[in-house]
Amino acid sequence: MKNLLAGAAIALIGLTTSAFADGHANYPERPIMMMVSYGAGGATDFQARIVTMTAGNEDALGMPIAILNKPGAGGRVGWNWLAGQAEADGYTLGAYNVPHFIAQSIKGGVEYSADSFEPIANWGADPAVLVVGADSEFNTLQDVVDFARANPGKLTTSGAGLFVGHHIAALQMEKAGDMKMAYIPTKGGGAAAMKAVIAGEVMAGINNLSDAFRAREAGNVKILAVADLERNDFLPDVPTMMESGLDVDNASVNFRGVMVPKGTPQGIIDKLAATVPTMFENKRVAGKMKAGGSPMHIMTRDEVLAMWAKREETLKVLLAGL
Amino acid sequence: MEFIFYFGDVFTPVNFGLLLLGTIGGLILGATPGLSPTMAVALLIPFTFQLEAAQGLILLGAAYTSTVAGGAVSAILLKIPGAPANIATTLDGHTMAQKGEGAKALQLSFLSSAVGGIFGVLLLIFLTPVLAKWALAFGPSHLFWLAILGVTVIGSLDSRSVVKGLLSGCIGLWLATIGFDDIMGAQRFIFHPALGGGINIIAALIGLFAIPQVITMFAKGRHNDGAEVIQVRKHPIGAALSELMRNKRAMGIGTITGSIIGLIPGVGGQIAGLVAYDQSRKFSPERAKFGTGHPEGLVAAESANNAMVGPSLVPLLTLSIPGSPTAAVLLGGLLIHGIFPGTDLFDNHPDVAWTFINSMLIGQVLMCLFGLYVAGVAARVAQVPQSVMAAVVLGLAVFGSYSVQSSMGDVYVMAALGVMMYFLERFGFSAAPLVLGLILGPIAEANFIQGSMIANATDGMTPYFLGGSLNLFLIAVVIASIAYSAYMELRSRRFTSKEEIMA
Repeated sequence: MKNLLAGAAIALIGLTTSAFADGHANYPERPIMMMVSYGAGGATDFQARIVTMTAGNEDALGMPIAILNKPGAGGRVGWNWLAGQAEADGYTLGAYNVPHFIAQSIKGGVEYSADSFEPIANWGADPAVLVVGADSEFNTLQDVVDFARANPGKLTTSGAGLFVGHHIAALQMEKAGDMKMAYIPTKGGGAAAMKAVIAGEVMAGINNLSDAFRAREAGNVKILAVADLERNDFLPDVPTMMESGLDVDNASVNFRGVMVPKGTPQGIIDKLAATVPTMFENKRVAGKMKAGGSPMHIMTRDEVLAMWAKREETLKVLLAGL
Repeated sequence: MEFIFYFGDVFTPVNFGLLLLGTIGGLILGATPGLSPTMAVALLIPFTFQLEAAQGLILLGAAYTSTVAGGAVSAILLKIPGAPANIATTLDGHTMAQKGEGAKALQLSFLSSAVGGIFGVLLLIFLTPVLAKWALAFGPSHLFWLAILGVTVIGSLDSRSVVKGLLSGCIGLWLATIGFDDIMGAQRFIFHPALGGGINIIAALIGLFAIPQVITMFAKGRHNDGAEVIQVRKHPIGAALSELMRNKRAMGIGTITGSIIGLIPGVGGQIAGLVAYDQSRKFSPERAKFGTGHPEGLVAAESANNAMVGPSLVPLLTLSIPGSPTAAVLLGGLLIHGIFPGTDLFDNHPDVAWTFINSMLIGQVLMCLFGLYVAGVAARVAQVPQSVMAAVVLGLAVFGSYSVQSSMGDVYVMAALGVMMYFLERFGFSAAPLVLGLILGPIAEANFIQGSMIANATDGMTPYFLGGSLNLFLIAVVIASIAYSAYMELRSRRFTSKEEIMA
């Protein structure tokens, strides 16, 4: 509270006197807002709240970050707002989900592309996994591939929607295995897609590793493979798709991180890019994230820039035929 | 019987204090238009970071229970349903308030909320394993038929003319198509970025119900012709109790309908109140009185929307699948403490699970007590001049629709729909069937598309949508519902004249 009051006082002084001295030495002078383009309670919102909870500490930004939810249309509403209407003054941040927003911008109908935003840092990576019901006859990825090859278009596979990580993983699997699956996008996100698998409405599902891990703990599903380059710490016994003979890389991994709209002053971007990754490394943050079953993967601005560029290239090829 | 063992934990000073805080705060938040139960719970999540798991959940659970009930306050006194769950409450509740029976309506609504709510939580305590199987039984084809069942209700809901009821239902169905389609990714009727996410249901509710009121109040000007000034007569609680006893049938129908519908993931509390209202009207000998300030309708609606609270948590607590947005927020509250719903919760953290569930039981009682107190106070608060009232409602409407997702676009949507509804009402259309169309449209559409995708990949449309006992049962109920409406229509020969509609 004391920090807050002091901060407010400094902000007031800052407003009147030194706002333009070099620019941004005093940044941030007031609380910062971070837009999350999914509803309260979703995985992105939940993780965003955890990773920003220490923002007010002296060794971090020294100002709290407030979460603002702008859900709708699979994230398009929020990212449209961030690209078009948000003020690029450094006090409006946004959470990104890759590959979602890049895939959406490639498919069109939105007002943003990867060039509309400047990444700051990445906090999490949630790979897509292939799940089947606990009593399913499939026990390995090979079983699933064999079935899909023998019965083209008959393997019903649920996922959280179109042009999200799950959909990308399904497309990659089809391409790598030279097979045809029936991808069933559900309304209501990953939870609805998982319910379809558990209830036996579909034969298989692609879902977030974190949610699948929980469902497996509850004894409801089997996890057959992870669509990532390496096995995951949460699931050391589950092979990657590549190990199982399906050439699927990490293009579908759901990376979550912080970005700002293009036009934000370079001084502020640099300051954020230097501070935010260390903020994510805070022990309390890591503890809470681990407890919630959310895999962390901290990346700096340069790494994220490279990752975005690579993703865009892969997705353009993958989505070209759709 | 394990739960009795953990009752003591609810009454430790800190836990009970949090329970009180959650209940009172929830009532206030619930009574504020635009703050739906989901939002209220989401707002409290950051506070639970600092609390222990059981304490955090007590706070969230209490807030969930009492926001659902608190929504009745604005629904009855201002005709603004705080959440979709309270739509049916406005139909008879607000008309009661107009007749000067606001206090009675509030008392009845809190009493029946408590009865329904306690029944729902008891179901959660005793029948969770059975209910979990039921919740999973509803696949896309069943949800589709369930939505169609809801559509059959549209024509007869709060409208003198079936045709006009159906027409406003169609407007609602059309409004529901606006925005990005989540399943096919198509863009429909998006002329402005504010519509990209579709019409927000809360903003639509506020606009459709509150704005026509406001315009009517302004249009009357300073002349007090007594039409809308709410006078609240005092009403003894004992009389409310005996009134409740007279409406056992409505209470039973409401409680059971609410419990069953609350269980189904994805449909949830949005339509529980409306379906219960319609069912109790169909079974009532005094069905003509519904919509004119009849306590029976109010009791059915309120007992249903609180009865769904307990069962709506079943899929979350047993299968780790949040069945509603509010449940998703509660999931966050569990995960933050490293507790996974499902077997882990009940086997390894029974103290958390049962303390949480017990606190919801106690919370229902506390909610009822505070609610009854509010009902007494409301008698004084509501005596506001009409011109002031109009301004206050307008302010609340703007605030409420903005706060849903901090978007000015929602305010425009609210205002546009409200002005449209004002003119529609002049021509005898009403808002309730329109909203029902808005809610049911996406459910029916998404499940039909999803079901047909699954069907095409497996054994074809006909066996998928028309086969299976649950499908056949639902289809039978749909046919029965249509046949009943047609029969009643023919028997009473309701040739509605223009004069009747305007009356």
